[in-house]
Parts: sequence; structure tokens; C-alpha cells
Amino acid sequence: MKSFDFHINGKKESFEVDPEEPLLYILRDEFQLSGAKFGCGLQQCGACMVLVDGESLPTCLSPCENFEGKTIETIEGLQKDNNLHAVQKAFVELQAAQCGYCLNGMVISAVALLRNNQNPSEEEIKDALNQVICRCGTHSRFIKAVKRASNPK
Amino acid sequence: MENFKLPKTGRRSFLKSTGQLLIGFNLFPLAFCNQKENEASASMYSGIPERPHLGKDIIDSWIRLDADGHVTVLTGKQELGQGIRTALMQIAAEELDVSFDICHIINGDTGQTPNEGYTAGSNSVEGSGSAIRQAAAEAKYFLIQEASRKLEVSIEQLNVKDGIITGPKGEKISYWQLLEGKFLEGEITGEAPIKSPETHNIVGKSFQRAEIMDMVLGKPHFVHDLRFPGMLHARVIHPPTYGAKLRAFDTDTISQMTGVEKVIIDGSFIAVVAKREYQAIKAWKKAQEIAEWDIQKIKINQTEIFADMERNSNSPQEIEKHPNIKSAISKSPKTLKSTYQKPYTMHGSTGPGCALAKWDAQNLTVWSPTQGVYPLQNTLSNLFDLEKEKIRCIGMPGSGCYGHNSADDVSAEAALIAKHLPETHIRLQWMRENEHKWEPYGSAMQISLEAGLNDSGKITSWQTKIWSDTHSTRPNGKAGHYISARHLENPFEFQKGGFSGGSYRNASPLYKIPERELLLYNYDGPLRTSALRGLGAYGNIFALESFMDELAALADVDPFEFRINNLDNGRAIAVIKTLREKCNWEKRDKSGQVGYGLAFAQYKNSAAYFAVLAEIEMIEGNEKFKLKNLTSVIDAGQCINPDGLKNQTEGGMIQSASWTILEAVQYDENGITSKDWNSYPIMRTKDVPDIEVHIINRPEEKPLGAGEAAQGPVAAAIVNSLSSLLGKRVYELPLRKYFDT
Repeated sequence: MKSFDFHINGKKESFEVDPEEPLLYILRDEFQLSGAKFGCGLQQCGACMVLVDGESLPTCLSPCENFEGKTIETIEGLQKDNNLHAVQKAFVELQAAQCGYCLNGMVISAVALLRNNQNPSEEEIKDALNQVICRCGTHSRFIKAVKRASNPK
Repeated sequence: MENFKLPKTGRRSFLKSTGQLLIGFNLFPLAFCNQKENEASASMYSGIPERPHLGKDIIDSWIRLDADGHVTVLTGKQELGQGIRTALMQIAAEELDVSFDICHIINGDTGQTPNEGYTAGSNSVEGSGSAIRQAAAEAKYFLIQEASRKLEVSIEQLNVKDGIITGPKGEKISYWQLLEGKFLEGEITGEAPIKSPETHNIVGKSFQRAEIMDMVLGKPHFVHDLRFPGMLHARVIHPPTYGAKLRAFDTDTISQMTGVEKVIIDGSFIAVVAKREYQAIKAWKKAQEIAEWDIQKIKINQTEIFADMERNSNSPQEIEKHPNIKSAISKSPKTLKSTYQKPYTMHGSTGPGCALAKWDAQNLTVWSPTQGVYPLQNTLSNLFDLEKEKIRCIGMPGSGCYGHNSADDVSAEAALIAKHLPETHIRLQWMRENEHKWEPYGSAMQISLEAGLNDSGKITSWQTKIWSDTHSTRPNGKAGHYISARHLENPFEFQKGGFSGGSYRNASPLYKIPERELLLYNYDGPLRTSALRGLGAYGNIFALESFMDELAALADVDPFEFRINNLDNGRAIAVIKTLREKCNWEKRDKSGQVGYGLAFAQYKNSAAYFAVLAEIEMIEGNEKFKLKNLTSVIDAGQCINPDGLKNQTEGGMIQSASWTILEAVQYDENGITSKDWNSYPIMRTKDVPDIEVHIINRPEEKPLGAGEAAQGPVAAAIVNSLSSLLGKRVYELPLRKYFDT
């Protein structure tokens, strides 16, 4: 067991844990941040993604010690002063969800994309969302939502 | 009242008493209950007093009006991502004449809601929707009569808007004032007038699903997100193959691991329970390594499956009989015969199965993503030999299931584990390989079609032969249908029971064909199978609509024209004609670089009408193809929520494209080898085509089930499109080798 300081959604959170425990379980069980989901535990599906220093990364496998000192943002931290992030807003406006289990991965990937590229092409959007598995077939709405978020009306 | 560990939402004050009874399982205070909290006008919704429903004939079993100006709808159906919560609230709001914003809904819970069986077969709007519409109409009728008495004016002089009844002199009284918080225990008489569709202003409009806002904010929503104080995490270790028996297991090795609270061995059922989720996962991994099994090999391998079907099926069931169909076909001027095959396919839910269970004395509570809380209660009653009244099943949203996936198995296993740890909430979640290897798949199928054509392009005769394993092994009261119940020391026997009608769903052509025969060869195959979205309709429509294209070519008639010529169903013809118009059929690219494929079906020959055109492009220089576009037209009768219908249809189209192009469960004699997303790839964003859905809304018709309408036609449309580009027919799914994936 070891004590870690995590910087999550603008706050410093300390927690004592087995250093090899993946971050996902700590987010969900200790900090009640259940937006990131367990999908495969193999870094294949993207359900568990968070922003780590601005980059979208899976949290289901990599030991939590790898995240110490990094800036972690989860889907719960995207809303600022009660204002939805442009990606969140577009997902709601376009009703881009069915069961919604993959939504965390889609939203986090889209936010990471738009931070680096404010006007992505359709191909770039598809690339950015490709790592996230969606079984309901909501992809075409996700793509439209990211387009709308990049060019808000 | 449980003292739940609440998510940090700062809204604990919502858990309050109404003065009648404590509010029950308000699981995620408000995150789960669709609050419209920013509206100052409506008082905060605090749920409704929990009480068992009193029978389907009582208004109150479907609709409750509280004293604070809210309406709560109760349904036995589950939200599976299809948007049923929103659609049912729209129906209730419309019929009651109240604002949609004050409506709330509770899904399946044996402690509260009516028994509506399974949420399956695209039946929810037709079934639950019509019950709720009736109950809402009765509630309004009752309230208007009450108002008429109170205001001393006749019913005809009263108007209702937003739950406020207004008399001729402007006197007003609201539903809530009339009820004063009392239950509406009146019976549903069937006498209340139902609103005529032209007066609708809520039904037929696109309303947003409130839970999508919760999801983008990352609020707890799924059964996976439930947390209780003192809750323990469990994992199960399934055998390596069906029928394998546990030979040896060193329990001490696992018990000594950090955080492990319990190791359960019951016959060949193994489970580990730990304080932290990751500790349970570590124990699961170790347990997998040390368990020793006597393996039962899978006898029929993938390459032999279709030959084995023909060798080892029962003599056929004659679904549609004909004295001598072969002779009828051979008399036709033109004849054709083709055989089609589809492999085993997976539900492949994004989130693995998860359920919670707790035993208190002799009472069991299960929080489950099941499609049917009452069938679950029934089957758990069989598993534990316990009266149903002592089992409460609370339906919770899971990851999309698309049929009978792991949801029931994981619920039963959670209850089995929790029995060893009374008074403790047990949260069981499957690992990815549990899900991939142990869910019941959609059966492999072979379909052989033969038909005769006359000289004017009309189909004269048609024979269908289907080989398939069952498409339904739902555990409706029989514990042997739970995979782990078969592995216990005292096992429950699995009885497959009668092969259901699912195998020949949509096999009978809707086309007008005078002479026809339909034979079903039931096959007991090597893999576990059950209901997957559309059941046999996927394979049957793939075959039927592929064959229609072949027949159109044989008749030398345009594929749109050929189908229209052989139909006498006006709504079927309308979707096909509308599609022809929407996709500019006459102006299509005829260069040979683009392939087009049409397909049509009315789901179950009784639900939604659906026609689709697939467009495939050749990728320059690599002889592979890319699915470029899918355009469809759907007629689901009266459309409740157009955007919801589109969303579900788009999803069905993309999912079916994935099945068709990419998917086949892989296995060898030592078990299933499709154990994750690398070994069972599905369609990802890069390969998703452009999708267009057009709706033909028929407000005057009854709403028709739409959730599975796209599955079969999309497969055939893609195959037809690919075949037109290849210049030869393709008969086997999936189409992976042709596509650039």
C-alpha cells in the first residue's frame, strides 16, 4: 500500500492504495466518479477514458502510480460554472446516445480532439472516436455531435 | 430506508418522506429520476410512495398523481437505450393533458410495477404504451367527473389543459387539488374516450431523453454504478468450455490474497468475493490459473457446422404445408434455388453483465439489468426454492443488451454468491471474457430457398427450408437456463424445451405468392444460443431479400419494380416507393464503381415496415470495398417520438452492418476463442457509413414495434449491393474478406 496524490478535476485527492491498482477503480469507488466505465479491462474499448494532461487515455489497466502528478479530468469535471462543455451540449442537442455505456469514452475522446484541433475534418473525427466501442450503433450521431461542437451555432 | 452511500451531488435533501410513506428505492437521488430541476414552476419531485401494484386493471398501477403536481408513470418494461421511458411518458402526458415536464417514470420493479413479461420483440410501445394510454385516459375521465361534481357543471362544459380543469365561468381546479394525494384506485373500464390523433401535440413530437443529460454529466445511471455501504465485489470463474467439470481447486491460495473475503466453490461454480473491486479481479485471475478442469470438447467445429445441420437435424416442422411444392415450382417457366448461411453472432454488450444482490433473513433483493423483472423473480424462486413474495427484483439500466445476453445469468450468480454472505450487498460484474465466451449467441442458420417465376415477373411458388438452433432460451421460471445453475453441486438440468417460433420469424414472404411451403429443421447445435435482436428474422430476411434480388435479375426487372409488382400491401409498397424517391434511384451512379442493394421487410410480417438501400464503393487499387451509405424508410404506424424512432433505427442499421460485414463467433474444440474485441471485432467509427432514415408517420394507425426492423433488411441490402459490384452472388456471412477493415 502506498499513498498517492491525484489531481482530479482541479482538486488534490489523496488516497492510500496498492500502487498497481488501475485508476478506474479508484475513481469509481473512492471518489464517486462513476462516469468512466469498465468495458473490457484490456484497453480495447475506451469506456474507461479520462483526460490525462489533456490527452484521452484508458484507465482500466495502467497502474494508478502512472497517474501521480498528472492532471486528470473526468467527464464529471467538464461542466464549468453550471455551463455544459460544447461537446456535452452537442451530445444532448443531437440526442447522441442509446444505452449510453460508451458515452464517457466518446465525450472524452471528442474533448481531447477539439482541444488540439478546433476544426477537425470528418476523417479526423472518425479517427478520434475509433478507439471507443459502441454496440448500439450511435456512431453517426457522435460524429455529427462532434462536428456541431467544433462549430457551435 | 437504506442509508445509501450517495454520489456527491449535494442533494440529499431529496430523500424525504411524503407524509404517507417513506420514499423507497430512490437509488441515485435524482440522477436516476429524470429531474427537471431547473424549472422553478414545478415543485421538486421526490418520488412516489412505494407500494406493490394492485393489478393491471387499476389505474393506479400505471399512473400516479402526487400532491405536488407531478405525474409518475409505472411500466413493467425496461429502458434498454431504446428511449422507452420518454415515449411512454409522452403517451401518458398526451392522454392526461398534462405537460411532459412534470412526468416521471419507474421501470420494472416487482415491488412496484405491473408484470409485463420481457421487454422484447419490439413490443413495448404496442403493449405497455397502449396500457398506459388507456390508464391515462381513464384517470383523466375520472378527474373530469370529479371536477364536474365539485364545480357543479356538466362534463361537456369543462376544458383541460396542463392538468387544470376550467369551467364555463373560468373557475379552475387542478388534478392535484382534486386528488389531494389520494391513490386513483378506480378500475380501467375501457369506457374512457381516447384522444383522437389530430388533437395530439405531445405524441408525434421529438422530446429529448432526460437521461442523456445525466449521461453526459457522468452521473450514476447504470446498475454498474450502484454503491451501498459495506458492499463487496465479486467475480465468477466460468469453466473453460461448456460442460467442463472442476477437478481440483486450491481454495487456500485464493483465500490468503489481500482483501479476499470469501471463496465459493459449489460443484463447478467458483466465485471470489473481495473488499475492493481490483482485489476481486486479482483473485479472479489467480483462480483462473489454478483451477483444474476436466474438459468436455466441442465436437462440431466451425467448418462442419452447416453440414452437421443437414445431417443431424430433426425431421422438419411443416410451418406452412403444401401437398407438392416441388411440382408447383418445376411447372414455372423460370426457377431458381439458392442456399444462404449465417454464423453464430454475439450480442457483444459494451459493458459486461453486472448485478447486485442481498439476502436478509429469508428475503432476497436483486438489482438487475434484466429485460424482465417478473420472469427473473420467477426463475430465482425456482433456483432457491423460495416463495416469489420473498424475492424483489429491481430493474436497472444496463449496457445495451439487444436480447438475452448475460443479464439474467449475472443476476442469478449475484444471488447465489450473496446467499453465502447474508446481510451484505454483493456486486458481481463479469469480466470481458465471461461476457464474450458465455453469453448465449444468435444461432448459426442455413436457409435454402427455391422459387418459380412466370413470364410476367410474378412469383408463382416458393419453398423455404431453415436449419437453426433455438432463438429463445430465456430463463422464464426454469433455473436450468442459468448457466451457473447447471454447474452447482446439485445442478439444475437445462431443458431446451420447444424450439420457438423465433427460428422462422419473417421466413414467410410478405410477397403475394400463391403456392408456398415453409419447413423448419430444428438443430441442437454446439454453442449456447438464445434471443438476439430480431431472432431468426435476421438470417431469414438476409436470405429472402437476397433471393428477391436474384429473382429480379432472373426476371430482368428493376429490383424496386420487381418487389412492388409482387406485393399487394399498400404500406409495404409505400416504403419502397418512398425509398426510391429519397435515394434518387433513377439518377444513381451507373459507372460500375458503385454498387447499390435494396431490401425490404415488415418485421414479423406484423410490425414496422422498413426498406433500405445500401451503397458500396470500390476502393481504388486494393480490390476491397467500403460501405458508403445506408438510406432507409420506416413506417412504424403512429410515431410517438420521431427522433427516438430515428435514433433506434440508425442504431439497428449500423449494428446490422457490423454483424453482416464483420462478425462470426470463433471457436475450436477447446472452447470459444472470441474472447475480446480483438478476437471478435465489431464495427468502429472509421468504418461506419453515412446513415439516413426517413419516417412515414401514420398518426391514424396504431404504433408498430420498430426496434428490430432494420436488422434483416440491412444485411440483404449490403449483400445485394456487394453482389452487384462483384458481378456474382455472395451466399455466406460475414463479408469480411471483401471489405477494407
